[in-house]
Order: sequence, then structure tokens, then C-alpha cells
Amino acid sequence: MSNENTAAVQTLTPELRAFIAEWKSKPGNLIMVLHQVQQHFGYIPREVAFEVADLLEIPLAKIYGVVTFYNFFKLQKPGRNKIQVCMGTACYLKGGEDIILELEKQLGVGLNTVTPDGEFSVEAVRCLGCCGLAPVMVINGEVFGKVVTGSLTGILDKFRNNG
Amino acid sequence: MGYKQYILTCGGTACDSNRGIELFNALKKAVSDNGLEDSVQVVRTGCLGFCEKGPIVKILPEDTFYVEVKPEDAEEIVKEHIIKGRTVDRLLYDKSQSKVHVGVEGIDFYQKQFRIVLRNCGVIDPDRIDEYIARDGYKALEKVLFEMTPQDVVDEITKSGLRGRGGAGFPTGVKWGFAAKQPAGQKYMVCNADEGDPGAYMDRSTLEGDPHSILEAMTIAGYAIGASKGFIYIRAEYPLAIKRLQNAIAQSTELGLLGEDILGSGFSFTIELRFGAGAFVCGEETALLASIEGKRGMPTPRPPFPAVKGLWGRPTVINNVETLANIPVVILKGADWFNKIGTATTKGTKVFALTGKVNNSGLIEVPMGTTLREIIFDVGGGIKGGKKFKAAQTGGPSGGIIPPQFLDTPIDYESLGKIGSIMGSGGLIVMDETDCIPDIAKFYLDFTVDESCGKCAPCRIGGRKLLNYLDKICSGDGTEEDLQRMLDISDAMARASLCGLGQTASNPVRSSLRYFLDEYKEHIHDHKCRAGKCKKLLNFTIDPEKCKGCTLCARKCPVGAITGTVKQPHVIDTAKCIKCGQCYDNCKFGAISRG
Repeated sequence: MSNENTAAVQTLTPELRAFIAEWKSKPGNLIMVLHQVQQHFGYIPREVAFEVADLLEIPLAKIYGVVTFYNFFKLQKPGRNKIQVCMGTACYLKGGEDIILELEKQLGVGLNTVTPDGEFSVEAVRCLGCCGLAPVMVINGEVFGKVVTGSLTGILDKFRNNG
Repeated sequence: MGYKQYILTCGGTACDSNRGIELFNALKKAVSDNGLEDSVQVVRTGCLGFCEKGPIVKILPEDTFYVEVKPEDAEEIVKEHIIKGRTVDRLLYDKSQSKVHVGVEGIDFYQKQFRIVLRNCGVIDPDRIDEYIARDGYKALEKVLFEMTPQDVVDEITKSGLRGRGGAGFPTGVKWGFAAKQPAGQKYMVCNADEGDPGAYMDRSTLEGDPHSILEAMTIAGYAIGASKGFIYIRAEYPLAIKRLQNAIAQSTELGLLGEDILGSGFSFTIELRFGAGAFVCGEETALLASIEGKRGMPTPRPPFPAVKGLWGRPTVINNVETLANIPVVILKGADWFNKIGTATTKGTKVFALTGKVNNSGLIEVPMGTTLREIIFDVGGGIKGGKKFKAAQTGGPSGGIIPPQFLDTPIDYESLGKIGSIMGSGGLIVMDETDCIPDIAKFYLDFTVDESCGKCAPCRIGGRKLLNYLDKICSGDGTEEDLQRMLDISDAMARASLCGLGQTASNPVRSSLRYFLDEYKEHIHDHKCRAGKCKKLLNFTIDPEKCKGCTLCARKCPVGAITGTVKQPHVIDTAKCIKCGQCYDNCKFGAISRG
């Protein structure tokens, strides 16, 4: 799995091409198309952005402008296990920052970077809306509430060993 | 047909992520294992609000309220409660209440609440249109289409006094009136569901728990202003809300409540979803419209206002989710009913996401005019861990920090404005004595600097400068002059920024300088952070009286700053200390102090 980072050049799937064809005539389609692309690849691969530009007949610069404006869109492939730590106010007050520092320490990476083996990436995200469970962390869509730094090693191990 | 009992489980995101789905399935299994499918229905509802104690299970008609229920408890609930009619005491909110007060009315959290917006949340299954219809759903739409002219609708909403719940509080009816007056042609109705405030989830809960109310309200608005097309601009980070909306749109279209010639009235209206992509500035009307158009979400100067020139240059009304959720009720019960609730200037109710250092975190709805004290101490159950209340923050990064002396302020747009905060969209964060005010201001500025679109200089540069000063102060390098400069920059940002984001970004700084100046001064002159939050200002010392010489701290210290021999008091070398707090956290004798 870990060599996926260096995998062959990504290209649009037939489904994505069909989606783009369906949306092409609708005004304001770019963001919806990019959502679909990111949902498939986990990020917006450079070569795919070229294809999207061709199909929608818009300059690549416009796509780059939109992708870099919005936090949601990523230009880099996330780790196999995507860790999102909530930094909404409630989580911040209840120690969200400590969770991030501890994760960085344990994984040896900074925010928004992927571990060298491609296993984990850590990201600070906006409010996840489970403030009652603060501080909250999400790994691959699974929510962990009332997280304490002491429990992180166990949680990480669970994901590290499942591949 | 003819269920005798209903088991409601909360299907909001917070409960879901706490094994709520597993619980729902376990309850269904327990019901069918015991052959009760015909008499007991298990329903997955929207958010019941009491997130702190989730997952919640509520049993009707007896109104029993169980908290912190685990999937393993399902069998017992069915066997004991449903079959034998005996309450499962250990799952009640207040175990001592036993059989006397088992329902909602016995829980303080619900006592001061009054639900208009959240009327169906936690009551109906949001995926079933018939349940919405059974609760008078789409009745307001029918009334509007067949008994009222578009002008009647605008007048009724204006008369109700309903104001925009997105934060600014502009009268909704007036906004509709502007768009309605524009010459006929393509107009748009947009629902702003891009809830970006950190620490707020009111709109998401409404969409997840009662999606049809938003569709109905948008259609009513479309009829009033003469729009045939609606967009819901929703955060992509809300997958459950998106799913429920898509399902609701399909259902209402199938029943002819949305689409061509609604209910045979001749009026047509369609709704499409558009996804946001994580940009706080898109809560600003003009930026939101740019984003729907597929562009970078940058605001444009107003006028022209969207009601005149909006989406693709056409008249557009933008209303927030909570505002819209009020509409069907206002139409059905009438403006005169609605405008009796609330204060002189602000009518109706407000939904808050009550979070932070409060005992009962959750989603609440209270009449306007309720005081902060009632919200925090009665509904919220006071401060966690018996600590002292320090401040409340409304309006998120655009709001102010409110000190204890204003706890008795009744909540409405004007009174919050007077004390330097704003109503905002409904995030209400409670802080206790362990929270550092300059640090909180820094947290908010960090957010707005990150989210500033960069178009206008006051916001782009001013925000960055403010953040730098706050950084300096929290590191112990601040000066008295910095405080004045911060005030000057704040003032310039508020007056000269292009949009609401920049105009309000300095509110946390301004309000905290006003009410917590002594705390800033302590950081500057005494290099002291009384909350113990600003690590660079902390000094760790070992009390030789209390130290037993167990050597634990010396072993834990990552930089070898602690020395001493076994059974002798240890010493911290402050020059080497990196203030990580490991010694403080690990000392078993409380011998280490920080300050």
C-alpha cells in the first residue's frame, strides 16, 4: 500500500468524466466538480486538474485559484490514515492543541504532512460540531471524543496494525 | 399501524459518533427479538440537544428520558421498560429521581427552553416526509399558495419582526420586500447553510433533524419574492445533513410539494444543493454568491445589495437556516403570535450551541430576552468541576468576550451590541478561570487571519498585526504601547474593512481589552499568566518542604533541568527548563508549583 504515493499518473475515471459532462453546461460547476474529484482521489492530483481544465474549457489558473482558496481542497495526497483534530473553540479550550502536539511528537511529523511511510497524516480542522464530546479527533471518519493525550498511543496502534 | 410505544434514539452527529448507530440497530434487534415489531417503533430522530449526556433514548408516550445509553443496554431497555413496564433507573439522568421525574420536565436543561426552530428535532424521523406532514408540515406552504398573495407573505413576515439569525439581524420581511419589488424575471432564493463558526452546530442539527422545514420555508420565500429556483449552500463537512437534504428534496418532489406546478397552484420552485469548501468568509453574503458561481469566495462592496443584484446579477435573497426554520411557524401561527415572544426589538427564540466549560453542553433554544445567567447556570447547569465562571463568548470570531458583570444581560441583538459583542449565529462558549483571555483573543485572531480572503488591506494587514501583538504579549514581550496600537488597529479594521469578517474580526480584542485589561497588563508587566495557559510565562518551582526526593520529575524532565539526590529535595534549573509541564503533571506530592 505504501508505494501508492509514487503510483502511476492519476487520470479521470469514466464516472468522473460523465459527471463533468453532466455539469458542464451548469453555471458555477467548478467547485462541485472539484468535490467529486477529491472524493475519488482524496486530493486534487495535478495531472487530473489539467484534464478538468480541458474538459470544462477553463484556464488551469482558475482551478488553482479555487483549490488554494478553500481549505477543503488538498493538493497533496493524505496519509493512508487521515487524522483530523478539531480546533473549534470548545475543543481548543479543552486541550485540542495538546492533542496535536502529542500526535506530532509520536508520529514525528508536523501539521499537514504525511509520515514517510505514508501511513498517517495529521490535520487541524475547523469545528466538527460534536462540541459536547470535546476535544474531538477523527481518524478515517471514525470519531473519538473526550480524547486525552494518554490514550493516543493506543488509538494510533489500532490503525497502524490494520493494514 | 397503531404502535403503542415509540423508542426515539438521537441520530445527530454527536450521538452517532458515540456509537449511536450501533445503539439504534441494537434497539431494533431487541424489539424484533422479543416479537414487538407491531407495537413498538424504533425511530432515529434528529438531535435531542442534550449532547453532553448522549447518546439519548427517549420513550413515548411515557416520556422517559435515558442518557448515556450504550448498545449493550438495548436488551435491558426492551425487557425491563417495554415488556415489564419498569424504568431502568441506572440510565436516568438523575438516578435519585427514580419514578417521580423520569421525563424531560424533570431535567433543568429543558426547563427554560422554548422550541420553535427545533420543534421537530428529536421528535420525527427526518428521513420520512409523512412524519413531517403529520406535524403540520407543508401546511404553511399550502396556506401561502392558496390563501395569500406574495405581498401578504412579505407583510406577514415583516409584521412578525423576524430578524436574520445569521448574525447581523436584518429584518427578514424587509429583505424579502426588496427582492419582491425588483422587476419580474429570474430571481433566486438561497439558503446559507455554511456554518463556519468554530464551536457552533445549530444549523447542522436543524438540517439533520428537520430538513423539510427548510425546503418548505425556501419555497414560501420563493413564492413571496417571485423566485423559481433555490440553492442551499451547505458545508461539504456535513455529509449527514447533505444526505438528509437530498432525500428530503426527492421525497417532496415526488409528492408534488417541490418542482413544477406545486399542489396545482401554478407556482413552480426547484431546489439544488451547492457545496461549500471550508471558507469562513463565505458566510458573508456576497462571498457566498461568488462561491456558488464557482469562484474564489471573495466579497464585493455593497450596494448593490444581493436583493437587487445577486447571483449571476439577478435579485437574490439569502437567508440563514435558522431564520428559515421559523418561517412555516410564523405563517401558520401568525405574526401576532410570534411577535409576542422575545424582547421589544428582537422577536422569537434563539438557538445556541452551548459549549466550553459548562456542565450541560448541547443544543438549546430559548426565547429572546433570556439572560446569560439563565442560559449558563440554569440550562447549562453551571461551570464544570465547580470552577469559577470567567467569561462567555457569543458570535464566534466576530463576537466579543463578555465578563461576569453582564451575566444578567437579556439576550437580544441590541443589548449584546451594547456590551461589545454580537448575537452571531449562536455559538456560546463558556470559559472558566483556567482560560487565559489574551490567549483566547489570539485563538480567534489566528482563525480570522487564516480565513481573511486578502482582498482588502485593513483586514489582511490589520488582522496580522493584531495577531503579532497578541503573540508578543502571550510570550511576555509585550509593552504598554502595544495595547494602544491594538486599539487603533482594531478601530481602523472595524471602520475600513470591506465585509463583515474584517469589520468584526477585532471584536474579541476590543472587548477583552475593555473588560480584561488587567490580565493583559499582568502579562506585560508581571510576566504572569494567571490561568497558567501561556507556557512561556510559566515558572516551575519545587517546594523543598513538600518534595520527598522520589526522583520521578527528574526522570520525566525531557531536558534534564531537574537535579537532586534520592530522598533530598530537587531543584529546577530555570535556564534549562522548557516549561513543558511534565514535572507538574507527574508530581504525586503537589510539590511543584507554576506561576
